Amino acid sequence: MTIVLETRHLSRSFNAIRAVDDVSFSLHKGELLALIGPNGAGKSTCFNMLMGQLKPTSGAVFLNGENLAGQTPRAIWRKGVGRTFQITGTYQSMTVAENVQMALISHHRRIFSILPYAHGLYRDEALGFLDLVGMRDQADRPCAVLAYGDLKRLELAIALSHDPTLLLMDEPTAGMAPRERTALMQLTADIVRDRGISVLFTEHDMDVVFAHAHRIMVLNRGRLIADGSVEEIRNNTQVQEVYLGGGTLFKPEAGASRA
Amino acid sequence: MGFFIAQVLTGLANAGALFLVASGLSLIFGVTRVVNFAHGSFYMLGAYVGYSLMQVLPGMVGFWAAMILSGVVVGLIGVIVEFVVLRPVYKAPELFQLVATFGVILVIQDLALMIWGPVDLLGPRAPGLKGVVRILGEPVPQYDLALIVITPFVALGLWYLITRTRLGILVRAATQDREMVGALGVNQAWLFTGVFFLGTALAGLGGAMQLPKGGANLLMDFNILTTVFVVVVIGGMGSLPGAYLAAVIISVLNVFGVVYLPQSTLVLIFVVMVIVLMVRPYGLLGREEVAGEHGQVGEPERPFKPAGRSARLIVALGLGILALLPVYGSSFAQVLATDILIFCLFAASLHFLLGIGGLVSFGHAAYFGGGAYVAALLVKYADTPMELALILAPLGAGMAAVIIGWVCLRLTGVYFAMLTLAFAQLLWSLVFQWGAITGGDDGLVDIWPSAWASGTTAYFYLTLIICTGGILLLRHAAHAPFGYALRAARDSARQAEATGIDTRRVQWVAFVFAGAMAGVAGGLFVFAKGSVFPNELDIARSFDALIVVFLGGVKTLSGGVVGGAAFVTAKDFLSRFEYWRLAMGLLIIAVVIVAPNGIVGSLRKGGERIGLLKTPEGTS
Repeated sequence: MTIVLETRHLSRSFNAIRAVDDVSFSLHKGELLALIGPNGAGKSTCFNMLMGQLKPTSGAVFLNGENLAGQTPRAIWRKGVGRTFQITGTYQSMTVAENVQMALISHHRRIFSILPYAHGLYRDEALGFLDLVGMRDQADRPCAVLAYGDLKRLELAIALSHDPTLLLMDEPTAGMAPRERTALMQLTADIVRDRGISVLFTEHDMDVVFAHAHRIMVLNRGRLIADGSVEEIRNNTQVQEVYLGGGTLFKPEAGASRA
Repeated sequence: MGFFIAQVLTGLANAGALFLVASGLSLIFGVTRVVNFAHGSFYMLGAYVGYSLMQVLPGMVGFWAAMILSGVVVGLIGVIVEFVVLRPVYKAPELFQLVATFGVILVIQDLALMIWGPVDLLGPRAPGLKGVVRILGEPVPQYDLALIVITPFVALGLWYLITRTRLGILVRAATQDREMVGALGVNQAWLFTGVFFLGTALAGLGGAMQLPKGGANLLMDFNILTTVFVVVVIGGMGSLPGAYLAAVIISVLNVFGVVYLPQSTLVLIFVVMVIVLMVRPYGLLGREEVAGEHGQVGEPERPFKPAGRSARLIVALGLGILALLPVYGSSFAQVLATDILIFCLFAASLHFLLGIGGLVSFGHAAYFGGGAYVAALLVKYADTPMELALILAPLGAGMAAVIIGWVCLRLTGVYFAMLTLAFAQLLWSLVFQWGAITGGDDGLVDIWPSAWASGTTAYFYLTLIICTGGILLLRHAAHAPFGYALRAARDSARQAEATGIDTRRVQWVAFVFAGAMAGVAGGLFVFAKGSVFPNELDIARSFDALIVVFLGGVKTLSGGVVGGAAFVTAKDFLSRFEYWRLAMGLLIIAVVIVAPNGIVGSLRKGGERIGLLKTPEGTS
């Protein structure tokens, strides 16, 4: 299988604290890879390095073989990496469709264009992406009035708009109702399958992770302590220990006897 | 050596008043997020009130008592202002309070003129400290030495109050997160009032303290304001030790500047400021402002669409009526309309930067005045024809904006705002002090349009065409991808950067574009008036533009133009009266309180309420 994203000995220190410590992993094409770990494990730091918000102290990030370390978020985006944030950051003063159009305008390198009206530019394309995430009927609503779950879906549409090969999703379902969470991850999983996109995501909701991830990595105190299939992670004693005995957070397998 | 020490001592003594005013400004901003433009006015009031009290209270005890009392009196006036003017508008969109405080400046100016008259007052000398002390042979006033001793104690007292008392803890907590402080059961309204009292009292105390050195006059308010902004920016917003350090640096620098570089003292200060900010963007002892710390207040801006057919028709009709002005209007009406058009273009250019870009520039006059001076200098020294001068004016202004924008955009929020103001003042001081070329205070005169455009009507048409074109261009840019990218950078810089938009470059281009458009207005202005003076570059002109944009409505596309027209008309009408500043100030304050969304925003809301306009979703 082709490797899309690879990190080698990725580390980041904040003064004396090693927030991310010698993390190496690879992500294959079409894979839905989850990065989990307790609060403060270094997930967000890791993500910020992948997307260029933070510079690694040492180590390297390769996208399709090219080293990304030290590049700006916008340069990395241009190489085909989409991103959604833990807390959404959409453009409040624009409509839903315009939010997607903005990304498309940037993708087509028309940011400094002064002649056309932006209002109608790439609108059909934008509507297509909104259709994909089930937001088409809300295309002309102001972004400021959307419900949080809809904002998350909009963010996904924006992240898909430049046809990325890789999606980085930082807690894609944070702040959503349980039913919405599953729906959004199912949607993501479908899109990944249909478009051959690879996804790396962090998540606190174990139901979501176990239901949708193809593979799971566990980060604790900056170090990768486990990397394997859903089954392997579920039965990994070290992981269970990290999650304080596990039982509270891990649903028993279907069919297993309940205490 | 003796001379050197004497200079340093003078500088240290001058730093006292400056520190008090600066720390007051910093405190008020930290807690209430109001950039109190009227802070210089409270300083001026302190001097006047102190002067009057010192006439009444005799002797040494009376002198010092008068000083402290004037601090208290000014603080109480500050409380009244906070109650009447600011309380109603805390909830208004961010920085809207600026306009209110500007109204306060105007009111206080005229009240001071009414009460104390136009003549500069010579401050009484401190009883018991009238002599000089010889230090290494150089005379140093005793009062200076007293100030040098007193100021650190005041600073220490203030530092104790802020870091060691319960009130101080509340103030610091409110500086970081005022909503949280409110949630913990602290009455924010009284906290705000208390801080406003303290801040204005410090300004008043500063004013009274410098009486024996400088007296009291009506120009004190604006004169100190720039310096105080510089001190606050160099020291770091919200840092008392920083304010003290910066006040000392600026004052000492000023004293030496007067001795060694009398022609460029003002310039020197700004050069130092720029250097400090290049090395330490948040001031010597300041901390980085966390972005989004005090998010947007009020409703978010609504999405906008290109104007529909009917709106275009109305605008075309309005333009048609305006174009027929020479048929039905007097030549005076045409001159006034020319002024209004020029000012509207100037305001629209700032509105683009401020409304669409979210970049609050306090020094937009730099490009208006800059364009005006470029045109005037070209005519004066190179016999340039008007047509060419009008083209080169925006180029010159744009070039200035390229450099200034590059430096200022390293910072955000209020630091950005103050830095733009400082640059505008730098240009102003260059023009003001470089008399040999720019004519200094006497300005440049006899700059008239080419023969074909010299008639009132002809020039009116020229202005009408260029200004309408400019305003439409600005408006179209807002609708174009570039304007959208600018809004994206404003709404969420993180998202914009994460989708390939180089936000700083977009903002830089917008800054230059707005500067060039202001330069167009400036060029037209010179030929309309036939002359240009340094006040076209000064702080008051920048504030005029800011007021216009806020009054018109930041979150509306036509805010700049409508505000500009209303402002110039009101000013033209009111300036026939003796105390027009008072009237103008009260008018501004009234509009601020009645229409916190600006004229256009409030009209639109009113229209929606009575059913003339359709209420869009998501607004109340």
